[in-house]
Amino acid sequence: MLSSKRLILAHFWVAFAGFGLALLLGEWQMFIRSPLHAWIGNPELYYRSVTAHGSTMGYVFPTLVAMGFGYAITEAALKRPLIGRRWAWLGFWLVVIGTVTAVVPVALGRASVLYTFYPPLIGSPFYYIGVVLVVVGSWVWVALTSVNLYAWKRDNPGRAVPLAMFANVAGSYLWAWTAVGAAIELIFQILPAALGLTTTIDAGLSRVFFSWTLHAIVYFWLMPTYIAYYTIVPRAIGGRLYSDTMGRLAFILFLIVAMPIGIHHLFMDPQVGAGFKFMHSVFTALVALPTLLTVFTICASVEIAARLRGGKGAFGWLRVLPWRNPIMLATAFSFIMLGFGGAGGLINMSYQLDSTIHNTQWITGHFHLIFGGAIVIMYFAIAYDLWPHLTGRALDGFGMMRAQLWTWFVGMMVLTFPWHWVGILGMPRRMAFYDYTDPALAAQAASVVASVIGGAILVVSGALFIAVLIRGQIAPRAEAGEYRFAVAVHEPRSVAPALNGFALWLSLMIGLTIINYGFPIAHLIALPNTAVPVVMVGTGR
Amino acid sequence: MVTIPPHDGSAEHAARIERRWASLAVVIVVFLIVMAAFAGIHQATMPQARVELADPRTLHVSGEFIESNLGTEIEPDGSVMVRAIGQQYSFTPQCIVVPTDTEVKFRATSADVVHGFLIDGTNVNVMLVPGYVSTATTRFATASERHMPCHEFCGTGHEGMWGKIKVIDKAAFQKMASDRRRLNCVE
Repeated sequence: MLSSKRLILAHFWVAFAGFGLALLLGEWQMFIRSPLHAWIGNPELYYRSVTAHGSTMGYVFPTLVAMGFGYAITEAALKRPLIGRRWAWLGFWLVVIGTVTAVVPVALGRASVLYTFYPPLIGSPFYYIGVVLVVVGSWVWVALTSVNLYAWKRDNPGRAVPLAMFANVAGSYLWAWTAVGAAIELIFQILPAALGLTTTIDAGLSRVFFSWTLHAIVYFWLMPTYIAYYTIVPRAIGGRLYSDTMGRLAFILFLIVAMPIGIHHLFMDPQVGAGFKFMHSVFTALVALPTLLTVFTICASVEIAARLRGGKGAFGWLRVLPWRNPIMLATAFSFIMLGFGGAGGLINMSYQLDSTIHNTQWITGHFHLIFGGAIVIMYFAIAYDLWPHLTGRALDGFGMMRAQLWTWFVGMMVLTFPWHWVGILGMPRRMAFYDYTDPALAAQAASVVASVIGGAILVVSGALFIAVLIRGQIAPRAEAGEYRFAVAVHEPRSVAPALNGFALWLSLMIGLTIINYGFPIAHLIALPNTAVPVVMVGTGR
Repeated sequence: MVTIPPHDGSAEHAARIERRWASLAVVIVVFLIVMAAFAGIHQATMPQARVELADPRTLHVSGEFIESNLGTEIEPDGSVMVRAIGQQYSFTPQCIVVPTDTEVKFRATSADVVHGFLIDGTNVNVMLVPGYVSTATTRFATASERHMPCHEFCGTGHEGMWGKIKVIDKAAFQKMASDRRRLNCVE
C-alpha cells in the first residue's frame, strides 16, 4: 500500500510537465534547422532552446522520475511507509526551485552554454546554481533511500532485500557518485568563474570531470527502466521473473562499471593520453554485460508468461503474448530500440569506429534512441502501471495508451534512423542552420525532413500521454489494491550477503573510478599553464 | 497468482542455462576488447599518445602556431604537416590545401573556446580544446574539395564555422610548394 501518494504524484507531474514542454522545444529545433525553414536570423534563440531542452530532459525529467518511482518502490517493496517524508518534500522543492533558478537565465539568453556547459564558455551563475540545487535535491532522495533500506534491514535481519528495493538503492548510489564529477566541475571550476572570482579555467580538466558524470548519468536514467523490466513486466503480463539472482548481479555490475568508462566521451580530446582512453574503452565493453544478462532474463521471463498462457513451439509462444497490454507493448518497443541503440553504442565505444562518427548527428541520434526511446517508453509504462495506485482512480483507455506507445515508437524510429544516417555522412552537431544549397549537404536534406516528421509524431504521442494521465486523475474512484512486484520462478530462500548489501560493491565502484580517473585528473592538475581565459556569454544586453 | 507446475531440479536447470548465457556474453565482450586492442597495437587508428600544451594567450606571438607558420608545409621526410587554429567562428587557414597520396599530419589548437575539427569523408575527427594541441594523421586518395566543419558548440556563431580542405594532385602540390614555405588555398 502506498502512503506517500501526493509526494510521488508531485514528482511525476513536475517531471512530465517539464518533459512535455522540452519535447515541444525539441521539435521546434528540428524544424528550425531543417530545409523547411529559412535561416533563423538570430541563432542565439536556437541555442537557448537547446540549452533548455537538454537541461530539462537530462537533469530534471529523469531525476524526478527516478525519485518518485524510488519512493514508490521503497514503500511498496518494503511494505511500510517512507521514513523521512518531510525530507523528501524538501528534496522535491529543492529540485523545483533549482529548475526555475536554472531555466530563467536560460530563457533570458544569459546562459546559452548547452546542458554540457562547455567551459571556457561561461553563462549566468544562476544557471549553474540551479543545476547544483537540482542535484542537491536528488541527493536528499539518495540519503532517504539508504536510510529506509538500513532501517528495514535492522528490523528484518537475514531476510533478502526485495529485488526492486535492491535495484533502487543501487541506482541511487550510482547517481550519488556519478554526480560528483559534474559537481566538482561546477563548484570548483565553473561557479568561481561565473561569479567573477577567477578569470581562467582549465577547459581540458573540466571536460574530464564532466565525462565522469556524462556517461554514468545515462545508467542513472536507465535504472527505472531496468527496474521495470525485472520487477513490473513479468507481473504485468501474468508471468514470473526467470531469475532474481541475475537481476541483482546486473544492477551490481552497473554500479561498479558505469563510472570508470566516461573517458570514451573524450576519445578525440587532446588532454588525455592514449593509455587511459584504451582502459576506458575496455571498461565500456564490460558495461554491455549487464545489458546482455538482462536481455536474456527478461526474454526468458516473457517466455514463461507465454508458456503459461498456452504458448507452444520455438517461436510460436510469441503469438500468445498479451500484446494488447500496454506494458507488454512498451517492453517490446523498448527492447527493439535498446537493440539498435546498443549496437550503435558498440560502435561509439571503440576508438577506431568512433572516429568516423564522433560528435556528428549520429551521436544525437544514438542517445535519443537509447534515452528518448528505450528508456523513456518504459517511464510511460511505469506511470501507467503506478497511476491507479497513486490516484485511487481507475486508469482505463487501453486503446489510447497503445496508440500513445505506438506513436512514440514509430516517431522515435522516424526521428533517429535518418539522424544516424546524416551523422555517417559527416553532418556536425548543434547547428541552427545548414546550407542545403551546397551540393555536399543537399543529399542530407531529405533525411533531416524525415526527422522533423518523426519529431512531430513524438509531439502527438507526448500529448496523448499527458491526456491519459489527466483522464486517470478525473476517472471514478476505484481501489487498485496492493502494489506488487514480479515474483521469481524460484524465490530466493536466502541470498548471499554480497548480493544483499552494498559495502563491497561501493568500495569497488569508488576504487575503480579512482584508478581510472585518478591519473588523468592528477596529471592535468599538475600540468602548469593549462588554464585559459573564460569567454562570457549572454552579456552586454 | 500464477502457479508453476513442480519440476524436479528445475532451479538447477534454470541456473545452468543462465550460466551458459552469461559465459557467452563474456566471450562476446572479450572478443570486442581483443578486436579493439588488435586494431590499436597495429596502429590502424590510435588516439594521440601524448598530451601537448599551447597557451591560447600567446599563440599569436610565439611558438609553432604563430600566423606565419600556419598552413601546409612539406616535412624533410616527404610527408606533409598542416598547422591550424580554430577560433570563434573560423579556422586559420580557412581553406587548407593538401596533396593526394601523401601522409598528411594535422596539428591544431584553439585560440578561445572548445571547437571541433572534422574532415568530411575521412577519419580526421578531433576536438580542439584551448590550452592543448590536437593531432591527427590521414591520407587523401583523390583530388577533391571537402568540408571541414566545427562540430562542437562554440557560441552563437557556431553554425557558420565551416572550413574547407582542398585536395590537389601531388605533382601540382609539389610545384606550388617549391617557392613557398607555408601553403593555403588563397595563394
